[in-house]
Amino acid sequence: MIEKEVVIKNRAGLHTRPAASLVKLAAKFKSEFFIMKDGFEINGKSIIGVMTLAAEQGSTLMLKFDGEDEQDACAAIVGLFERGFDEA
Amino acid sequence: MATTNEITLHGIAAAPGIVIGRAFVYKKHIPRIEEKAIPLEDVKKEIERLRNAVIRSEKELQKILSFAEQKIGNSKAKIFEAQIMILNDAVLFDSIYKRIEKERKNAESVVHGEITKYQQLMLNSSDEYMRERAHDVEDIKNRIIRNIQEQKLISRFEGGSIVVSQSLTPADTILFSRNDILGYATDMGGVTSHAALLSRSLKIPAVVGLKDITSHVVPDDFMILDGYAGVIVINPAEETIANYKRRSKEMSKFEHRLNELRDLPAVTSDGKEIELSSNIEFAEEMRFTKSQGSHGVGLYRAEGLLIGRDTFPSEEEQYREYKSIAEKVFPNKVIMRTFDIGGDKVISQSYEEENPFLGWRGIRVALDRPETFITQMRAILRASTKKNIWVMFPMISSLREVRKAKELVAQAKASLRAEKLSFDDGLKIGVMIEVPSAAVLAGEIAKEVDFLSIGTNDLIQYLLAVDRGNDIVSQLYQEFEPSVLRTIRHIIKEAHKNKIPVGMCGEMAGEPVATVLLVGLGLDEFSVIPTVLPEIKKIIRSVTVKEAQKIAAKALTFSTVEEVKEFLTANLKRLSPDIPLPE
Repeated sequence: MIEKEVVIKNRAGLHTRPAASLVKLAAKFKSEFFIMKDGFEINGKSIIGVMTLAAEQGSTLMLKFDGEDEQDACAAIVGLFERGFDEA
Repeated sequence: MATTNEITLHGIAAAPGIVIGRAFVYKKHIPRIEEKAIPLEDVKKEIERLRNAVIRSEKELQKILSFAEQKIGNSKAKIFEAQIMILNDAVLFDSIYKRIEKERKNAESVVHGEITKYQQLMLNSSDEYMRERAHDVEDIKNRIIRNIQEQKLISRFEGGSIVVSQSLTPADTILFSRNDILGYATDMGGVTSHAALLSRSLKIPAVVGLKDITSHVVPDDFMILDGYAGVIVINPAEETIANYKRRSKEMSKFEHRLNELRDLPAVTSDGKEIELSSNIEFAEEMRFTKSQGSHGVGLYRAEGLLIGRDTFPSEEEQYREYKSIAEKVFPNKVIMRTFDIGGDKVISQSYEEENPFLGWRGIRVALDRPETFITQMRAILRASTKKNIWVMFPMISSLREVRKAKELVAQAKASLRAEKLSFDDGLKIGVMIEVPSAAVLAGEIAKEVDFLSIGTNDLIQYLLAVDRGNDIVSQLYQEFEPSVLRTIRHIIKEAHKNKIPVGMCGEMAGEPVATVLLVGLGLDEFSVIPTVLPEIKKIIRSVTVKEAQKIAAKALTFSTVEEVKEFLTANLKRLSPDIPLPE
C-alpha cells in the first residue's frame, strides 16, 4: 500500500471535469484507490464520491493505493494532480 | 356586458411570438418511495428491474446530451455527461446491488437511501458549487427511481399547449420542444437564463420571470402568451383574443418584411452609417444574432461564465470562450465588459449587503481583487490577436478608477510581453457610463479612453433613484424623463468633443420610440437584444440625420415625460407607420 499527499493546483479545484478525468484514469488500474480529506475517506473510483469532496485550489488530499499495480497507479494519478488536471 | 375573469401578468419577454392555447401545468415528478421487503426468490428480479432502469435512464440522458450539444454547445452540455457517469459508477452500484441482495429491500428504496447519503454530504457543504451539484444528483436519483417504477417520463402530452411551470431546466426545455409546444411561461428565470436562450434557438415563444404564474393557472386554462411584450393573459375575453390575433398577424407580417432588411446596412435615409450590434452573454447566441442582421456585439457580458460556480474560471477557460466569440464575430468587433458582479449579480454567497446596487460591484470588485481582474484582462488580450476586441469597465464612478484599471491593463500587457505571448497592443479601452457621477465627468473620462458606452438601465435607476425591481416605485423608472434625455445628450456631446465614439447598450437602445431621438443626438452605436434588431434598423433607415436632429432638439425642450413620449410616438408613427407599437 502506498500513501501520498497531494495539493490541488488548478484554480477551479476538483470540480466536475477534473473529477471525471480522475475517475476515468483510476479505472485503468487494478489497485484500490481511496482519497482522504478532513477525516473523510471516499473511493477514488466513484464519480459520485469524488464529487462530494469540496476540494478547492490549495487544499490537501491524502491518496491511498493498494494492489498489484499500486506503483503505476500512484505515479499516474499524482501526475494528473501535479499537472493541475491539464487545466490552467 | 359579460364580466370576464381575465388576468394579465407581466414577465420578461424571452423569445418572440404570440400564441394562444391551453395551459399544460408541469410539475416536476417527485417519486414516492416506500420501503418494501422482497422475498428471497424475487431478489434476482429486483436487481434486474434496477439494471433495466439504469439502462433506460442512460438512454434518456444520451438523447438529452446529444440534443443539448447541438443546441447549447459542448461545454454547457457537460452537466448531462456527469449525470451519465454517475449511472456508470461501479462503486455506487456495487453497494446498491449488494444491499438489495443482503437486506432484501426493493430497489427504489435502496437507490434512494444510497444516493441521498452523497447528496446530504454535498448539501452540507458551504460551497455553493457543491450545493448545485446536489441538484444534479437529485435529478439523476429521481430519474433512476422513475424508471424503476416504470413510469414514463412526462415529456409527451397533448400538442398545442403552453407549458406553465415554476422553472424549466435545460433538459425540460429540450424534451418538451419535441412536442407540439406553443410556448413556455415560467415563474423564474431571466432573459439570459438557459431556458430563455434555448426557447429562442428553438423558436418557441416564451415569457419568463412571471413570479407566480403557477398560482394563477390551473390545467387547461385558456391563455395568451405574448413573447414580444412579455405578457400573459389568462382566461382572455373574446375581445382580447381578437386583439391579440390581429397583433399576431401584424407582427408576423412585419417580421416577414423585416427579413428582407436583414442584409441591408443600418444607414439613415441620407446615408449616415449607424453601428447596430447586439448584447450577448454566451458564444452560442452568435448564430441567432447574426440571423437577425447584427454588425457585431456591443456588449458581451462575461458573467455567463460564472453561472453555477463560485470560483472564477481560469485564464485558459476564459481565453477559450473569448477567443471563440472573437472568431465568431470577426470581421466585426465585440465589446467585452469585464466582470460586472455584485449588485443583483452576487458571486459570493457569504457576502450580503444592505444596498447591493450602491455596494461592492463592477470595477470596485475588480480593483479590490487585482489578480482576478488581471487574469481576465490577460485572457481578453490573448484573445484579441484579430484586433476585433474592445474592452470596457462597468460601474466607473471616478477618474481614479479609470486610471487604476488602465494601470492594471498595462500590467497584464507587460506580463504577456514577458512571456512572449501575442496580443493586440492597440486594444481599445472604454468605460460604461452608468453612474451619474461618471455622466457628469464624461468629458474628463473621454480624454483618457477610446470610447464610451451608455448603460441606460443602471444610469436611469441611479439618476432617478428608482429600483426597477421594486414594484411600488418601478413605474417611476422612465427612460423618457427629461433629466435622462439631457444626461444622455451631455454624454454624447462630451464624447464627440473629444473625438471618440459613443454607444448605448442598455434597453433604451432597443426601444423603438427612442431610436430617432438617439440618432438625432448623434449616438454612434446601438447595442440591443437581438430580437428587436430588425425593428431598430428599419427605423434608422426611415429618417434623415437632419430630421432626427430636429426631432431630438424639440424633444429636449419638454419638461415632462408625457410630453416627450407623446411627441416621439407621433413622430415614429409618421416615419414608420408599420412599426407595431404596444398600446
